[in-house]
Amino acid sequence: MKIRAQFAMVFNLDKCIGCHTCSVTCKNVWSNRKGIEYAWFNNVESKPGVGYPKNWENQEKWKGGWEKVNGKLELKAGGKLKKIVQIFANPNMPEIDDYYEPFTYDYARLHNAPLSEAAPTARPVSQITGEKMDKITWGPNWEDDLAGEFAARAQDPNFANMQKEMYKQFENTFHLYLPRICNHCINPACVASCPSGAMYKREEDGIVLADQDRCRGWRMCISGCPYKKVFFNWESSKAEKCIGCYPRVESGLPTVCSESCVGRIRYNGIILYDADKLLDAASTDNEQDLYKAHLDLFVDPYDPAIIAQALKDGVPQSWIDAAQKSPIYKMAVEWKIAFPLHPEFRTLPMIWYVPPLSPVQSQIDQKKLPTESDGVIPKAEAMRLPVQYLANLLTAGKTEYIQSALNRLLAMRSYMRSINVDGEPDLGPLNRAGITEQNAKDMYRYLAIANYEDRFVVPTAHEEIRLDDYHGFQGQNGFTFGADNSKGYGTFALFPERRTESAEPREPAPLAGERD
Amino acid sequence: MNALNFFFGIYPYIALSVFVIGSWIRYDNQQYTWKTDSSQLLSKSNMWIASNLFHVGILSIFAGHFAGLVLPHALWVGLGVSDLQHQWIAIVAGSVFGSMCLIGGAILWLRRMFNPRVRAAGRRMDAFILGWLLLTLVAGLSTLPVSIGHANHGDPGVMLALSGWVQSVLTFQAKPELLAAVEPVFRFHMVLGMTVFLLFPFTRLVHILTAPLSYVGRAYQIVRSKRRLKATASA
Repeated sequence: MKIRAQFAMVFNLDKCIGCHTCSVTCKNVWSNRKGIEYAWFNNVESKPGVGYPKNWENQEKWKGGWEKVNGKLELKAGGKLKKIVQIFANPNMPEIDDYYEPFTYDYARLHNAPLSEAAPTARPVSQITGEKMDKITWGPNWEDDLAGEFAARAQDPNFANMQKEMYKQFENTFHLYLPRICNHCINPACVASCPSGAMYKREEDGIVLADQDRCRGWRMCISGCPYKKVFFNWESSKAEKCIGCYPRVESGLPTVCSESCVGRIRYNGIILYDADKLLDAASTDNEQDLYKAHLDLFVDPYDPAIIAQALKDGVPQSWIDAAQKSPIYKMAVEWKIAFPLHPEFRTLPMIWYVPPLSPVQSQIDQKKLPTESDGVIPKAEAMRLPVQYLANLLTAGKTEYIQSALNRLLAMRSYMRSINVDGEPDLGPLNRAGITEQNAKDMYRYLAIANYEDRFVVPTAHEEIRLDDYHGFQGQNGFTFGADNSKGYGTFALFPERRTESAEPREPAPLAGERD
Repeated sequence: MNALNFFFGIYPYIALSVFVIGSWIRYDNQQYTWKTDSSQLLSKSNMWIASNLFHVGILSIFAGHFAGLVLPHALWVGLGVSDLQHQWIAIVAGSVFGSMCLIGGAILWLRRMFNPRVRAAGRRMDAFILGWLLLTLVAGLSTLPVSIGHANHGDPGVMLALSGWVQSVLTFQAKPELLAAVEPVFRFHMVLGMTVFLLFPFTRLVHILTAPLSYVGRAYQIVRSKRRLKATASA
């Protein structure tokens, strides 16, 4: 047994309102540089839909993640030799149009246009070429709130094994938001795909990073990641990805996407797992058993034997304490209401999701839907969102787990309603869903109230393990482009300098005082 | 000193010194700039055919030059390859891989010049070095009729002179006089080729030196530990 700590997250989809605050915060902090204007380390998709980049879930097309070949776990795009052979032109590499061509607008035109009958327009400008674009045909969130016709979003692979035509009708339409970031997988396919060994997983917290100095731009990680969450910076020719906000996490702060989430749907915490079992777990024969195998990797942070082993394996005591208070452990392991996104990719992703409920109050009022004994809270199978769709998203198609989680979420609601409305607790729903009264109270506290200190249990990093003089290192931790003078400004550089700055409209808007 | 002595007695050492020392400094000091500068994300069409033709072609040509010019003559004789056979192998292999490289390189160059996205994202040096490689290649290909002429007359003398000169340079006893009788087209190709080495550290070509062959023998997963750093530091 080898115990490792993993920084993990849970996103409670039930409360995601699709406001994109997480995406915007992340973009402003980490990816507003030239070359990755198109890259959203955090994005929120409207499901059903093809997503970002288009059809990322379709691994027959992109060959991301792992598969079992003759009983052995192998990268879906092929083994190491095949990767070397394909290194001159990666056949599975997405093109910029699979994401979208990054654009801005010629805002200056609105100020500078001569007097005319018609209002001046700010035309879109490509941030790659700097040329005017005729028309924007795709963007980072083109399908927001089910925009577009059904035929387009029906390509969503999560419609597998479903009679999807019936969801075309307005009355049957369903919709959920899916915020996505790098999953900081336990068995990351991007790391395994990187020929130069630049991608790595940090031992102390499991955050997956791309070493900017060692990355040579062979671009195998881009196609290797089944979630398409490693991006190619076309300016620097390096892989860039979500860094798990490690400068914040090391300081004991939640990630910036989690901190800024207005719906309080994001939970950050530590979970302990047995690293010796990860290969077996990822190699589970039946993909519908992967969720269970993944769950079995996690170890009980209260077990004295586990604690002793964890300390022996170098997990600091403060991290074990954090693992005991971890909201991730509670939701994923104790209550079993959170699930990994597409476990069938076999990467053992560590961003887990609480499936959303979707009650239809007017239908319930008309007594058209089956309800719990209280006559108000609908049963899981009566939800607008098909359980099969959620199962295809979160449990490789196995509906039992999702059904059980939805039942627990509903039972908690029904129980709390009985206390607050009827004045006396009704334990019936809890018993049927298989949770205790204490579970329901805790779930209410974590899911409904969602206090800051319950959502974020992030222990500080132990820099003293690495550095003898950690005070001397103070203030030097942050994100740079690597070799600082390769930025090309300020100092003379012997070697290729950076290209010109981001394409922006050439005439800046005049300052307020400059206008007459 | 005449031009022959300069270009074939001194220039090779300038080029090789810049190649070795320049690459070393860049690897050491500017690791971040050491990369392929792939533009596949911006335009994928024709990349599969063009990039594969170009890369397979140019790597084979390099290997061919190495085998034919750097490896000792006695090795080939010992293997039972006569000088004329050697020359015909060089001519055939050079034509095949040279054509592959030329076709692929031409598509890549056109793409770099005329695809608006690739052009906007590229550096001037990218187009320049690709153009230079193609020029060198064309010069190399235009030595083929001359070589075929020699081979038809059963005369491997030029080939032996060329490989003798390369080995004289690499053993630090440069003998530019060996090339006095060689046709000018060879010398033109050689000066262009040596200049590739001179330019090498200042271009994206450096990515050849870090071809990720070690990937084949590596474990899939990489975990970096902070504790181990401390252990080695204090040990």
